Amino acid sequence: MSETSSKGSDYESSLKDSDSSIAAFEQKHRGVLGTAQHFLHGSPTMVPVIVLILSVIVFGIVAPNFFSAFNLSLIMQQVAIVGILAAAQSLVILTAGIDLSVAAVMVMISVIMGRLSVEFGIPVPVAILIGFICGCLTGLLNGLLVTKVRLPPFITTLGTWNIFLALNYYFSGRETIRSQTLDADAPLLKLFGERFNIGNAVLTWGVVLMVAIFFVLWYILNRTAWGRHVYAIGDDKEAAELAGIRTDRTLVSVYVLSGFICALAAWASIGRVGSVSPTSFFEANLESITAVVIGGISLFGGRGSILGPMIGALIVGVFNSGLRLAGVDVLWQLFATGWLIIIAVAIDQWIRKISS
Amino acid sequence: MTFRTLLASTAFAAFALATPALAQDSDISACLITKTDINPFFVKMKEGATEKANELGVSLSTFAGKVDGDHETQVQAVESCIASGAKGILITASDTKAITDVVGQARDNGVLVIALDTPLEPIDAADATFATDNFKAGELIGQWARATLGDEAENAKIALLDLSPSAPSVDVLRDQGFLKGFGIDIKDEGTIGDEDDPRIVGHDVTSGNEEGGRTAMENLLQRDPGINLVYTINEPAAAGAYEALKSFGMADNVLIVSVDGGCPGVNNVQEGVIGATSQQYPLLMASKGIEAIVQYAKDGTLPQPSEGLDFFNTGVSLVTDAPVEGVPSISVEEGLDRCWG
Repeated sequence: MSETSSKGSDYESSLKDSDSSIAAFEQKHRGVLGTAQHFLHGSPTMVPVIVLILSVIVFGIVAPNFFSAFNLSLIMQQVAIVGILAAAQSLVILTAGIDLSVAAVMVMISVIMGRLSVEFGIPVPVAILIGFICGCLTGLLNGLLVTKVRLPPFITTLGTWNIFLALNYYFSGRETIRSQTLDADAPLLKLFGERFNIGNAVLTWGVVLMVAIFFVLWYILNRTAWGRHVYAIGDDKEAAELAGIRTDRTLVSVYVLSGFICALAAWASIGRVGSVSPTSFFEANLESITAVVIGGISLFGGRGSILGPMIGALIVGVFNSGLRLAGVDVLWQLFATGWLIIIAVAIDQWIRKISS
Repeated sequence: MTFRTLLASTAFAAFALATPALAQDSDISACLITKTDINPFFVKMKEGATEKANELGVSLSTFAGKVDGDHETQVQAVESCIASGAKGILITASDTKAITDVVGQARDNGVLVIALDTPLEPIDAADATFATDNFKAGELIGQWARATLGDEAENAKIALLDLSPSAPSVDVLRDQGFLKGFGIDIKDEGTIGDEDDPRIVGHDVTSGNEEGGRTAMENLLQRDPGINLVYTINEPAAAGAYEALKSFGMADNVLIVSVDGGCPGVNNVQEGVIGATSQQYPLLMASKGIEAIVQYAKDGTLPQPSEGLDFFNTGVSLVTDAPVEGVPSISVEEGLDRCWG
């Protein structure tokens, strides 16, 4: 009797039998897949990085001559231009937009730079400067149409794509400026085609430019208020507005920066192609979107690392080079790229489920 | 000419836009329908047609799709021509199979239909075809390359830079013509890449432009850096291939041959970038076409195909400053006189 009564009344002594764990969210057992899902959600660039490493290993085994410093550096040269365009594209896609006009802007600007230098005898640096201004203006036009006229980015850039294409043919007179003419009159335009060696690897300044653009953008997007605003707008524009972000102004600046990067791509493309050709890079706008998607940036905006598209462009380059060196018919390159896109987006959707 | 305008093929968004450009009143009216009007080849074609139409007092309407593959606009253009009572239609078809239905309607209405540059499928769906013999164009550069290499031809390492994965007829004809001219057993004449001659390093596609030419050349050089002969579908692709060779430090020891005869291409022959190119004549196709329509309107005579061919051959000339025995050619100077674009 005395035993039971003392137990019942002594609060302190009965406390020690109670649950002593700290308040916490319910822990679910995730399993291997779940853990992977969480890991990838936290670091979205890992998917393309893993794919890139695996594809380099596989092609290194099956394709002769593939795995050499020279060939790998060649792939970088081949993807540099689409890579730079993908950087411009990424900025827009991060805001949940899309820019179909990037390649048309690039080709048009390259024609402007080339024509002004060669036909009109304007000093090359001035011609390049004018090219950059025009690039920013194309972005400004896109940005104003999206924010002020409130057109969806898809429609806006579908329209400006055609407009810039027409202007490209107008400015170029549908004619190519030949490599030899550029060498004689405007060698500065070919600056980004200049090569240098690191061991057996041969790189161009165009490759350096691509890598530099991505790292600068990475810094801006992750370390500045503007960058956080871009992500916020892409994630939820209204919420961003309510939080005091001037969304329209930021959006316009995104398109202008994208136009500026297209002008950089234009300069670099002259070095890559050798001549100023109004007909080159016709599918580059779609290729840039491909690189962005494979690089793990969500088409729904606000999510993904800016470094992803560079990896995405490299993956496409590695597949193309690997399949060609393995002697596979070119149609299978298209086939492989198609599956890469679908798989990339499927993985993105799967990772997104985590938040629901 | 599918290849040169293929560049436009992704612009699926481009709105179909027929551009009728009217001329003067006269008894005979004719239509020229090209794939696009952004391509120097078609610009030259239009020039030839317009000049000849003015000379003969024909009223000419011209139409063009905005991009290559813009089939719908071409159908509308043919319908407009029938409705306007045109005596004849000159057409470079974007979709050579699908266009035959509406072409049939035109012919049923007594309109003379002449396919320019690109034969319809089947070729007799049109009353006549005025075109370049693309197989011959390829053969000429093949023969020239073989003679130029001399004994070394036995050890040649050949790269072939074609047009596109879909391998349209112009792509196949030039590629196979080149190989045959070079003396390689081409097996099936209708298929690219079924050859097993060890001298062939490989085929790749270029989209017929500089960027594609460069990338394709780089890829084939990766497969075999010993390549010493390069066939290219057209001159922009050749210019791209040359850039790649330059960057590999091989520009001087590789022979490039091409097809087209555009002015920038002939300039490249002059400067030694391209060894030889086969030149075609779009202006002639169009002016001959107008003449045929006038003839037909006057007395109902149908144009006849060239002997041994199922189309009227508007000719092709090898342009080079290094002529070889047994292969007829014209000088660069003459080539520049007759070039287009």
